[in-house]
Amino acid sequence: MTSIILLSVFGIINLFLGFLRSNKVLLPGAMLLLLIVFGVNLADWGQGTQSFYNSMLVVDNYTVAFTGIVVLTTLVLLPFSRSYVVAGEPNLAEYYSLLLFSLVGAVMMIGYNHLIMLFVGIEILSVSMYVLAGSSKRDARSNEAALKYFLMGAFATGILLFGVALVYGATGTFVLSELSTAVAAPANASLQPMLYIGILMMIIGIGFKVSAAPFHFWTPDVYEGTPTFFTAFMSTVVKTAGFAAFLKLLAVALPGAQGFWLPTIQAMCALTLLLGNVGAAVQTSTKRMLAYSSVSHAGYLLIGLVASRGNLTGEAASGIFFYSLAYSVATIAAFGVLKLVADHRQRDDYAGLNGLGKTNPLLAFSMTVAMLSLAGIPLTGGFFGKFFLLAAAVGQGYIGLVVFALVMSMVGLYYYLRPLIAMYLRPAEEGATPVPVDGIQTVTLALLALLSIALGIVPGFLSGIL
Amino acid sequence: MLTAVLLFLPLAAALLLLFTKGAAARALALGASLLEFGLAVYAAFAFKATGTGSFDLSYAWIPSAGINFHLGLDGLSLLLVLLTTFLVPLILLAAFKHNYDSPSTFYALVLFMQTGLIGVFVSLDAFLFYFFWEVALIPIYFLAGAWGGERRVAVTLKFFLYTVVGSLFMLAGFVYLYLQTGPGVGSLAQHSSELSAFYALTLSASEQSWLFWLIFAAFAVKMPIFPFHTWQPDTYTEAPAPATMLLSGIMLKMGIYGTMRWLLPVVPLGVSQWGFLVIILAVIGIIYGAIIAIRQQDLKRLIAYSSLSHVGLMAAGVFSLTQIGLQGAVVQMLAHGVNVVGMFFVADAIERRTGTRHIPDLGGLTRRTPILTVCFLVMLLSTVALPLTGGFVGEFLLLAGLYQYNAWVGAVAGLTIIFSAVYLLRMFQRVMLGPDSAFSETITDLTGGELLILVPLIVLVFWLGLFPGTFLHLSEPAVTNLLSLVGR
Repeated sequence: MTSIILLSVFGIINLFLGFLRSNKVLLPGAMLLLLIVFGVNLADWGQGTQSFYNSMLVVDNYTVAFTGIVVLTTLVLLPFSRSYVVAGEPNLAEYYSLLLFSLVGAVMMIGYNHLIMLFVGIEILSVSMYVLAGSSKRDARSNEAALKYFLMGAFATGILLFGVALVYGATGTFVLSELSTAVAAPANASLQPMLYIGILMMIIGIGFKVSAAPFHFWTPDVYEGTPTFFTAFMSTVVKTAGFAAFLKLLAVALPGAQGFWLPTIQAMCALTLLLGNVGAAVQTSTKRMLAYSSVSHAGYLLIGLVASRGNLTGEAASGIFFYSLAYSVATIAAFGVLKLVADHRQRDDYAGLNGLGKTNPLLAFSMTVAMLSLAGIPLTGGFFGKFFLLAAAVGQGYIGLVVFALVMSMVGLYYYLRPLIAMYLRPAEEGATPVPVDGIQTVTLALLALLSIALGIVPGFLSGIL
Repeated sequence: MLTAVLLFLPLAAALLLLFTKGAAARALALGASLLEFGLAVYAAFAFKATGTGSFDLSYAWIPSAGINFHLGLDGLSLLLVLLTTFLVPLILLAAFKHNYDSPSTFYALVLFMQTGLIGVFVSLDAFLFYFFWEVALIPIYFLAGAWGGERRVAVTLKFFLYTVVGSLFMLAGFVYLYLQTGPGVGSLAQHSSELSAFYALTLSASEQSWLFWLIFAAFAVKMPIFPFHTWQPDTYTEAPAPATMLLSGIMLKMGIYGTMRWLLPVVPLGVSQWGFLVIILAVIGIIYGAIIAIRQQDLKRLIAYSSLSHVGLMAAGVFSLTQIGLQGAVVQMLAHGVNVVGMFFVADAIERRTGTRHIPDLGGLTRRTPILTVCFLVMLLSTVALPLTGGFVGEFLLLAGLYQYNAWVGAVAGLTIIFSAVYLLRMFQRVMLGPDSAFSETITDLTGGELLILVPLIVLVFWLGLFPGTFLHLSEPAVTNLLSLVGR
């Protein structure tokens, strides 16, 4: 709860700091504020369940864990904002504020205990993201991305809200715990169809936000058009918060309807894995590849939802936490490197990375660790993320789904290797100069790589905490 | 504790190497690898004195999933650790002969690879084993990819995909086994991925039947066994010489070792069901590799196919499940490691002098290079398995084991000795003897630095050939134990 208040206040403070127009103040300022939020959030760990606003929001270990991921992700993303300053972007402070505000939405999505809070959280997050997607105002692609994202997103939230209304109509409550009893033992059997249509619409609405197939179609275009800095935010924070909300919805409110949603999620999972991986394999642009890869990772996380079988604690939930963290760390590093390189070389295809191993060993190393982690190769966090999720799924008997996921991760190897091939095995263009990287970016990238490796070597300290 | 030092010393040196340059980097890399060899020798003496491993080390690695960081050494692991630590300094010396770009990174990757290899040989937990199995792949991918020949991009991609896909099958098998341990459905912490827990499982014959192929997929690709070998000749040819030595000298043994430790005792019924098929495949590989080797015009490619042929015999010997066959495989792992590294080094020495590996362009090199000729011949004859050399002891025991298993298979596999004499001596004749070529007069003999690499190899060739007992003695209890586990 404190983190929501702090984030809101800090967002406003940041807005007022805008008159300074100097990233030298704004960037460290924003990072410091986020660091404070991160610390305050961690202080709530192990304090039991605290409820706020008539139990509309709860803060428990689950909330703290996922809030930790989204705050940390934003914190390590900020150093890559540099080029907006170089380009003379006058509204920098507003972007920082919007990021902080959208984090408020993310935290509400994680901590909600009331369907209206879920809706409000998603809206706060999404409205900020619509603006940020179009933040490169003179770039037609960015405008296109914003418009597409807005139209699709508005539809999706509309459907979600419709679903919430139907569920309310069938059960008479918005509160998750009461929903759970009402769904498990329906008072009025004739309202069952309405309830299930409502649940399906909610799944569609959230599925859209986390870009799970078949509601992923907007992802590649929006990700590509959006400035890379904000794409990184979208593919990490939005997805992590979305999955935290998704798991909570299924596990706390709807365990009684498992027979209905389990097959649905399973089908979505298989489809997401297939479309995400095959889509990524045929791309030539690193950015689009990462967009499809984010779809495919939604697929792996959906396996966690299936394996959770309506449990907010235990292997599957811990697995989703670990996977989200490992995925976010690797994705921020990948997008960070891509942004620095693309800004300098003015291209974001694989060939744009050519020879990076020679010109910028650190960037290439960071990208390498990120790609290996996303591909799930040992020594990186991504391997244990996949391992925990898949082991939980096998433990619940979903052998077929796990085998399919393994086959798909073999496809994943192919496209995650392509940046490595470009960076190390192909020469840079004639006269290629090193990509300029400032001190704080260097430190951040090194830390992200170390964190990925640490998660891959000593996963014990964060595994099984939920 | 010693085991952990053996494991992490190369890694620490590799990290340090990233911050050193030039002569300091060479000194550091070589010093660390020699120290590592010294430690391994010390471990061997300590092991011989106590008989059993006092090298066990176990930490809870991921307590929430019952996975332990469990290292240990027995006779079998120890010999492979010795082989690794013996070869790595020589491979580094061979790397010093080249002017590679960013040499420090190159040496660091070699040492990083050593950590992965030793990790594979000392892990006693399935996930730890898988972990190091993949860790060993990452540096060799970059070594072969970044410093390789013209076709390196396509070739290393194929190599990487082949091996990773193979290992994913193994991982799937391990996960299945892991979930069979413990008291059934429950939290992951109740399961165990310890090797001993896998040994204690009782699995039905049908489970073992498909588990066999899941686990064997990784080993079959790594060895490689026909028909999973297609990545091998290309990769050996395109990789820079030191990487080829790592691949053929040590990495290939990961497959044989894995089979002995993680396949035979875990799914014995699967082995008895499919063992004969694997032996047939291995024997096909022996003949196939040999026939293709005869036709090769590229020195490195010829040695690559020769290696394919020899590894087939090792695999067949392992699957014969006889004491003598397994012991033969152990000796042959050492002998083959020494032979193939020596052969690739000689090929590299010739290529550095003449700029070509194309056999028809070479010829009559022997006149100016008496020392090179002798060294080449010793390595070659050991590969052919001439008595007195390590190759003879290994192949003799392997063939004896196969003969016990099935006389016909033994007889066909025995052709390997004839075949290898054909292609290797023919190659020797065309390269070293034969009509003079453009290089006959200009080629220079081996330098002292190069002898520093070849002399230890030659010493080991004869040591293995004359006193194989030194090594057989170490591995015997481990092999006996293994067979008793298979026979249960």
